[in-house]
Amino acid sequence: MAGLRFSVMNIVTRAPTVLEQLARNVIASSGSPDAGKAIEGFVTQTDRDVAFQLESCVHCGQCADACHFYLVTHDPRYTPVYKLRPMLRAYQSESSPFAKARKWLGLATEVSSAELTEWSKLLYDSCNLCGRCTLACPMGIDIAGLVRRAREGMSVAGFAPADLYKAAERALDSGSPVGIGWPTLKRQIEIQEEETGVKVPVDVQGADYLVIVSSIEIAAFPENIGAMARIFDQAKLSWTIPSAGFEATNVGIQIGSRDISAALVSRIVDVAVRLKVKYVISPECGHAYTALRWEGPNLLGQAYPFKVVQIAELLDQLFQEGRLRMRGKDQRRLTFHDPCQLVRRGGIRQAPRRLMNAVSEQFIDMPSSGEANFCCGGGGGVSAIHRAEKLRFAAFECKKEQVAATGAEALVTACANCRNVLEDAIEEHGMTLQVLGLTEMVAQYLEPDPLTTSR
Amino acid sequence: MTPMNLLEFVRGPAFWFSLFVLVAGSVWRVIGIYRLGNKPDLSEPRSTRWLSGALHGILWRMTPRKEFRGNVKLGVINGYIYHIGLAAIAFGYLPHILFIKRLTGLAWSPLPELLFYFAAGFTGIALLTVLLERITDPVMRLLSGFDDYFSWFVVFLPLLTGMGAMTGWASQTSQSDARIYQGPLAIHLLSVELLFLWLPFGKLGHAFLVFFSRTITGIALERKGAAL
Ligand code: SF4
Ligand code: SF4
Repeated sequence: MAGLRFSVMNIVTRAPTVLEQLARNVIASSGSPDAGKAIEGFVTQTDRDVAFQLESCVHCGQCADACHFYLVTHDPRYTPVYKLRPMLRAYQSESSPFAKARKWLGLATEVSSAELTEWSKLLYDSCNLCGRCTLACPMGIDIAGLVRRAREGMSVAGFAPADLYKAAERALDSGSPVGIGWPTLKRQIEIQEEETGVKVPVDVQGADYLVIVSSIEIAAFPENIGAMARIFDQAKLSWTIPSAGFEATNVGIQIGSRDISAALVSRIVDVAVRLKVKYVISPECGHAYTALRWEGPNLLGQAYPFKVVQIAELLDQLFQEGRLRMRGKDQRRLTFHDPCQLVRRGGIRQAPRRLMNAVSEQFIDMPSSGEANFCCGGGGGVSAIHRAEKLRFAAFECKKEQVAATGAEALVTACANCRNVLEDAIEEHGMTLQVLGLTEMVAQYLEPDPLTTSR
Repeated sequence: MTPMNLLEFVRGPAFWFSLFVLVAGSVWRVIGIYRLGNKPDLSEPRSTRWLSGALHGILWRMTPRKEFRGNVKLGVINGYIYHIGLAAIAFGYLPHILFIKRLTGLAWSPLPELLFYFAAGFTGIALLTVLLERITDPVMRLLSGFDDYFSWFVVFLPLLTGMGAMTGWASQTSQSDARIYQGPLAIHLLSVELLFLWLPFGKLGHAFLVFFSRTITGIALERKGAAL
């Protein structure tokens, strides 16, 4: 372990400037889209597993009926696998087993700049990387995973949406995709300390758990910080929040750039190594979990010297260990929106449900809940793409139907981005439905700590 | 070339050549993809039951998940019919079994005649319906190209030529082996050889690629503890 820790520290302390430079090179490409670079990117991304999947498609069209963008528009261009066409063609012409024969027969066709500009809308605006299509494909093709790969080719060549390049630049400059820095977080922490009466430990070396947060939580749902403080206080957890490297979101995952993702993940790894924590808590954010838990070690080329635990998993564990004393339950009819990256793509299905049952008297699951749940419409960076707003609101129709079937009076979720997107869409669709955060719900039904309340 | 000469050629060099292309082309395709290589996944797995993931991937995808059963395309139902039908025809019809026996020495009991006719009839209808759906369904039409239509053609053709050959077989079962393989039967064999020649290169390669694809996704999702 010591050797591993040493080498991770090496990566993080030695390489940030290299990582940052690579990330900034990707952003610089936004000014000059280059189809050749995109083709190169597609080909580089098409390794063995990707190629086997690309080659297996039988064009049955089943994936279309799983995708909310197709279901609400009936536009065949939104068929999930169709979104991969430029990548498929680049692979077929350049590196597939019959690529040479194709060229020799004159069957290889170049992917053009105009085509990639058109496909930018298909690969970004109309894909949440939600993975519902993956579950529907009879050939077992992980279409969402392939879209993630295709975005690598797009982003490195300047074909990703401008909004995502800008968000990436802000994240590299300030640490946050919306430009939120430590002074803002510090202020929010102080407010939460006042409201809850619980001290939030900052930059504590040797704490067991490192809490990171998303910008959306800081800006729109700061109560989440107070909620975590109350819960961890009651569970007697040794924890801390860092004053740098606290941003959990990773726009690199959304734009589809390994270089940007690596630069951003390395900041969290850096602080976790520096503070010598045993665990990093991935907060209520779907793609942040994917970035840190599943992609991070691969982006940095090494396993972590700490474990990553998602907040819902941790709360469930504390609850099951009897370290949380609950009092009362919400009497309303509540349903749960499964964040795709946590549930379908991340394997955290039961923990949120156990917590929901702990805090709700009338918890009801949606039809096709859990793994087959519909995305809120904003995942995969779509919520940050302005030109995609109309389509995103239209796609919400599928979610709306699922929620309506439950007759729920409020909707709970475990992702601040989902929460934000859901609130927007609910308003846009003229509905009245409160959206709540799972961590806040747990904190709300904690038995008040006598010491805390007297403080 | 007389029908007899044609037959000699078709079941001799042409057959072996097409079989060679089928095997070599398939192996080339798999090895060509395999050598692209993969980096190991360094994230901490939630589950290391790789075999279970692979088997789940392969087996569970044989039927749609319950959430998607409500609006499956006609092609899904048809898919079952013609895949089972084609297997029944290829391996359950007496002349085919005799043909395989001559090549490999292996034989088994044929399907009852009535069942075979049912299989052939349903398969023919299913294949025609699937073509119609491919042409009329906007999603399938958009996804389809030369490979899709030509692949359909090379699968349907042996069925069609087989029907022609069947009439000959029915009236000649008691006659010499040489006479069976004439005219329509030579054409039937040629159409099968065309299928062999095309299979490794186009979408029909899913016959072997599907196992790789389902295994890869099955293992990847299992290691995350995610749904299949
Ligand atoms: S990942 Fe989700 S949004 Fe993207 S194509 Fe598949 S079903 Fe549609
Ligand atoms: S469901 Fe799978 S095999 Fe069918 S068209 Fe979509 S990706 Fe291809």
